[in-house]
Amino acid sequence: MLRYHARPMAQVADDPSAPLIHARGLTKRFGSFTAVDAIDFDVARGEAFGFLGPNGAGKTSTMRMIGCVSPRTGGELRVLGMDPDTRGPAIRARIGVVPQEDWLDQEMTARDNLVIYGRYFDLPWGEARRRAADLLEFVQLTDRADSKVEPLSGGMKRRLSVARSLINEPSLMLLDEPTTGLDPQARHLVWDRLYRLKQRGTTLVLTTHYMDEAEQLCDRLVVMDKAKIVAEGSPRDLIARHSSREVVELRFPTEVADTLDGRLDGILDGITERIERLPDRVLVYADDGEAASAAVHAGGLQPESVLVRRSTLEDVFLRLTGRSLIE
Amino acid sequence: MLGYRRTYRGSLFASFIQPALFLTAIGIGLGGYVNRGSGVDGVPYHVFLAPGLLAGGAMQAAAFESTFPILASIRWIKSYLAMLASPIGVHDIVTGQLAWFALRITMVATIFVTITTLLGASHVPGILVAIPAVVLMGMAFAAPIAAFSATRVNVEGFNALFRFVINPLFLFSGAFFPVSQLPALLQPVAFATPIYHGVELSRGIALGTMTLAGAVPHVLVLLAYVVGGTAACLVTFRRRLVT
Repeated sequence: MLRYHARPMAQVADDPSAPLIHARGLTKRFGSFTAVDAIDFDVARGEAFGFLGPNGAGKTSTMRMIGCVSPRTGGELRVLGMDPDTRGPAIRARIGVVPQEDWLDQEMTARDNLVIYGRYFDLPWGEARRRAADLLEFVQLTDRADSKVEPLSGGMKRRLSVARSLINEPSLMLLDEPTTGLDPQARHLVWDRLYRLKQRGTTLVLTTHYMDEAEQLCDRLVVMDKAKIVAEGSPRDLIARHSSREVVELRFPTEVADTLDGRLDGILDGITERIERLPDRVLVYADDGEAASAAVHAGGLQPESVLVRRSTLEDVFLRLTGRSLIE
Repeated sequence: MLGYRRTYRGSLFASFIQPALFLTAIGIGLGGYVNRGSGVDGVPYHVFLAPGLLAGGAMQAAAFESTFPILASIRWIKSYLAMLASPIGVHDIVTGQLAWFALRITMVATIFVTITTLLGASHVPGILVAIPAVVLMGMAFAAPIAAFSATRVNVEGFNALFRFVINPLFLFSGAFFPVSQLPALLQPVAFATPIYHGVELSRGIALGTMTLAGAVPHVLVLLAYVVGGTAACLVTFRRRLVT
């Protein structure tokens, strides 16, 4: 019944420099709503590639097209060198998917979830059982192997989802918000396992709206907003390009804050690249934060508090996608 | 594909108890009053009733399996989504789901036949031959209902389905009394339903009164439901799962 193994995957395997995913003008529309609007990107072999963006930016739609469960409306898409429209099963045989919500079977044991899933990939029972045991070990769930899924914690379920997605030894993993909703311990454990996979040469593609996750895991990422890609690069590139080296966060007493208009710009002229006024604080983007802070004091202003920090992806993200709530 | 279905722990207990209750209460208890105990068409009422209940039970099992579990696989457990992340496609999902229906209905029918035989209400081997007939009838319900289920976002439609379709069919389509007792206006409605044909086949085979020529039209009607329902499943499952 499963015929896909008969065909060699040679067209990708032979050319290690060919991108694992290649998209040009990739578009997804639902009726009149455009979820993904003509985006271009390539993911190289062995890379950890991130889609960053607020909710509704089109990240999940893009992942579903890559995962061959959502036909594209337009543009070009090649995954592992193949066209998802015609070779969906062959592609899916070689990718691992960790969905946003866990799709585990709650009434089966952790081990059976893996073994049965292996059967979907036409693994022989014995091989499926052997891999299940290895994977449970890999995600540190061996002692819960025979527990049903339902009572497991959120972090355990997510690790089990990761393990399940690895049952076919995928060359490409798609992770949709892999640590959303997990506590810090669980997040770090998932990150650690994903990092190990990356070291073994597995290509990771993930979506996230956690900046620390993107900085931890991604070699390269694109920022999506309103169905389009608005920036692309390594985390460090993006910070260099779209933010300053450092950020000074200043808080002023309310009565002072109201009189700041124009004063800060004069004081900081030539030191800062950009000043952003927020309701509760002022952000000063500068390459030398201490110098900016000193200039503020020298200019006669007395902030309640001063925090000098390095620029993060979050600054880039907010710069590119705006601060207003996206509902 | 069968090996891929999840391991259901079906409510075997309910499958045993329900037919035993019906058959003893209505078949043997109430049946004593039917024609002053001389039964229908020359057979005792509980012997007349058993193949009808067999078909009715198969219909109910088919309707149950093709409603709530389908929506669960789409919306709650999302097992279809997990399957679609593997090489399995919509086609395979529909095939596997229908195979599971057939297996489940066979289980229910076999349990029922065991009970009625133990209670002395049916005769082996006739009633055994009736099992494939009611499985075919069950599929004639399960396939189109599953196609309907794949279009649902909540269970409200299912409640209406059971209240206004399945339960009336159970009561009025020949399981408890011959359809010829219905008002003339309602008889064509009964003829259009799979349960009528399932009951006719089941009873005819079990009581040894069915001829091959008599069986063919019933089988054809049921096959038409199965084929139409399967085609509808392929359409509605794909529309729902591949967006």
